[in-house]
Amino acid sequence: MTDTVTIRVETPFQRFWSEFRESKIALVALIVLASIIVLAVLAPWITPQNPYDLAQVDVLDGKMEPGSEAFAGYTMWLGSDGAGRDLYSAILYGLRISLTVGLAAGVLALIIGTAIGLVAAYAGGRTEMLIMRAVDIQLSFPAVLIALMLVAILGRGIDKIIIALVAAQWAYYARTVRATALVESAKEYVEAARCLALSHTRIVFRHVLPNCLAPLIVIGTVQTASAIALESTLSFLGVGLRQTEPSLGVLISNGFEYMMSGRYWISFFPGVALLVTIVSINLVGDQLRDVLNPRLKR
Amino acid sequence: MTVFIIRRLLQAVIVVFIMSLIVFFGVNVIGDPVDMLINPEADQAEIERTIKALGLDKPIHEQYLFFLKGVATGDFGKSFIFGEPALKLILHHMPATIELALVSLIMAIVLGIPLGLYAGLFPDQRVSRGIMAASILGFSLPTFWVGLMMIMLFAVYLGWLPSTGRGDTAVFLGIESSLWTRDGLSHLFMPALNLALTNISLVIRLTRAGVREAMHQDYIKFARAKGLKPRRVIGVHLMKNILIPIITVLGLEFGSLMAFSVVTETIFAWPGMGKLLIDSLLQLDRPVVVAYLMIIVLFFVVINLVVDILYSVLDPRVRLKDQGT
Repeated sequence: MTDTVTIRVETPFQRFWSEFRESKIALVALIVLASIIVLAVLAPWITPQNPYDLAQVDVLDGKMEPGSEAFAGYTMWLGSDGAGRDLYSAILYGLRISLTVGLAAGVLALIIGTAIGLVAAYAGGRTEMLIMRAVDIQLSFPAVLIALMLVAILGRGIDKIIIALVAAQWAYYARTVRATALVESAKEYVEAARCLALSHTRIVFRHVLPNCLAPLIVIGTVQTASAIALESTLSFLGVGLRQTEPSLGVLISNGFEYMMSGRYWISFFPGVALLVTIVSINLVGDQLRDVLNPRLKR
Repeated sequence: MTVFIIRRLLQAVIVVFIMSLIVFFGVNVIGDPVDMLINPEADQAEIERTIKALGLDKPIHEQYLFFLKGVATGDFGKSFIFGEPALKLILHHMPATIELALVSLIMAIVLGIPLGLYAGLFPDQRVSRGIMAASILGFSLPTFWVGLMMIMLFAVYLGWLPSTGRGDTAVFLGIESSLWTRDGLSHLFMPALNLALTNISLVIRLTRAGVREAMHQDYIKFARAKGLKPRRVIGVHLMKNILIPIITVLGLEFGSLMAFSVVTETIFAWPGMGKLLIDSLLQLDRPVVVAYLMIIVLFFVVINLVVDILYSVLDPRVRLKDQGT
C-alpha cells in the first residue's frame, strides 16, 4: 500500500459519535448526565458536610432557607432539611444511592433478561412457549404493581429494592432479546457459523449476542431511568429504602411534611435533581434509539 | 371459538393459581407467618389460639390448601388495625379508587384527543412541537413528583384547591360520589389530573399518529373532494377511524390506573384502596396486604381475559394465530 492516498476510515464508534452529536438536545443531555455522575462520585470531596455523619450535623441548622449560613460557617445554597442537613450535600449523597440502585437493577435485569431471552430463542419449542407466556403475563401487570408486591413480601432495604426492580424489569429485556435473536439467527452468518460446526455457546455468545446489542443498549438506558424513578416512587411512599439509605426519593418524602408550611426547598431541590437525572437519561436513550436503529439509517 | 375461550379461561386460572402460590410462599416461607399474620399485641393464649385457627401448626401443603380455601370463600382474615374482615375493608375503599380512575380516564380523552388532533393536523407549528415535547415529559416524569409540584403550586402558593382528602360526597342516581358536590369536585380535580398525566400523553401520541396516517388515506381525500367542510371531514370521517385504537388502549390502561392510583392516592390522601395498601404495608397489617394483592391480580387477569376474548370476537386472525402455535 502506498501512503500517498489516505482514505479516511471511520471506525464504527466514530460514525456512531458523529451521528449522536447531530442532536443538540441529546448532546446537552449527555453532558448533563455525565456531570451528574461525576458530581455523585465526587460527593465526599466537594460537599461542605457529610450529611450522615452526626458529628457534622447540627439540629440548630434545621429548616434554613436557601442561601442561609450554617453554624459551621459555610453557606447552604439550597437550604437545609428538618434535621439540619445541608441540602446540597444531601442531594449529592442521595444521587449516589439513587444511581447505584438504578444501575445495579438495570445491569442485573439486563443480564438475567438477556440470558432468558437467548435461551428462549435458541431452545425453541415448548421451552420458548413457556418462557414467552411467562413474559407476556408479567408484562400485563404494571411494573409498579410487581415491585409493590415484592416489597410487601421482602420488606425494605437496598438489596430488596434491587431484587424487586429486577423482577419488575427482566421481562422487557427477555422479550426484546428473543425477538432480535430470532431475526439474527435466520441470517446467513449464523448459518455459516453452524456449517463451520462451531459450538452452540460460541454461536450464541460470539455471533448472535453481539448483533442483539443495539436494541439492548437502548432498552437498558430507558429501563435504568425507569428503575431510578420506580425506586424513588417506592421510597417516597415509605416502602422503599430506609431512612439510613437516603436516596433522592427518601429526601423528597422527608420534605413532604414541610411543604404545606411553605418550606418548599426540602422536597423541591431533591425533586429537581431526580427530574434532571431521569429526563437526561431518557433524552440520551431517545437519541441512541435513533442512531442505533438500522431502519432509520440514512 | 369455544375452544379459544376455554383455553384462555384455563390460562387465567393458572395465573391466579401461580400468583396465590407466590403470595402464600412470600408471606409464609420467606417471612415468619406468626409475626406477620398475628397481631403482635396479642397475649400468649391468643397467639396459641390464632396459630390453631390459621392452621399454622399443620404441614406446609395443608396450610396452602387452608389459604386457598380462605381465598376461594373471600376470607383473607381480619385486619389487625380495624378488626374488620380484610376483604370488606378493601371493598369499602374501592369506590373511591374507581371514581378517581374513571375521572382520570375521561380527562385523558377530553384533553388528549383535541391536543393530539391539533398536533397531528398542524405538525410543523410551534404549538404542536410544544405539545409533543410536553407529552414526552408526561411519560418520563415520576407521577409522585408532578403531584408534589401540583400541591405546591395550586394548594400552597395559589390556595385554589384543597390538597388532601375526598371532600363531600352526595348520592345521585343511587351512586355515592364526590362528582355531585362542588367541594367533592374541587378535591377530585388535582388527584385525577395527576393520575391522568401519563394517559393524556399516551392519547396525544396515539391521536397524532392516527391523524398523520389517516390524512393521506383515500377516504379522507374523497370526503374532501366531495366538498365537505373540513369540520365534518375531521369530526366524522377522521375521528371515526382513529378512535377505535385509542379507546382500546385506554380500556387496557384502566387496570394500570387502578395500580398507579397507589401513588396518587398516597400523595393526595385520597381514601381509596391504594392508600389503604400503603397504610397497611407501613403498619404491617398483613391480611389487608394479602387481600389487596390477590384482588388486584384477579382484577388484571379478568381485564386481560375480557380484552382477549373481545379481540378474538372482533378480529378472527387473533384466534387463528393462537391455534396455530
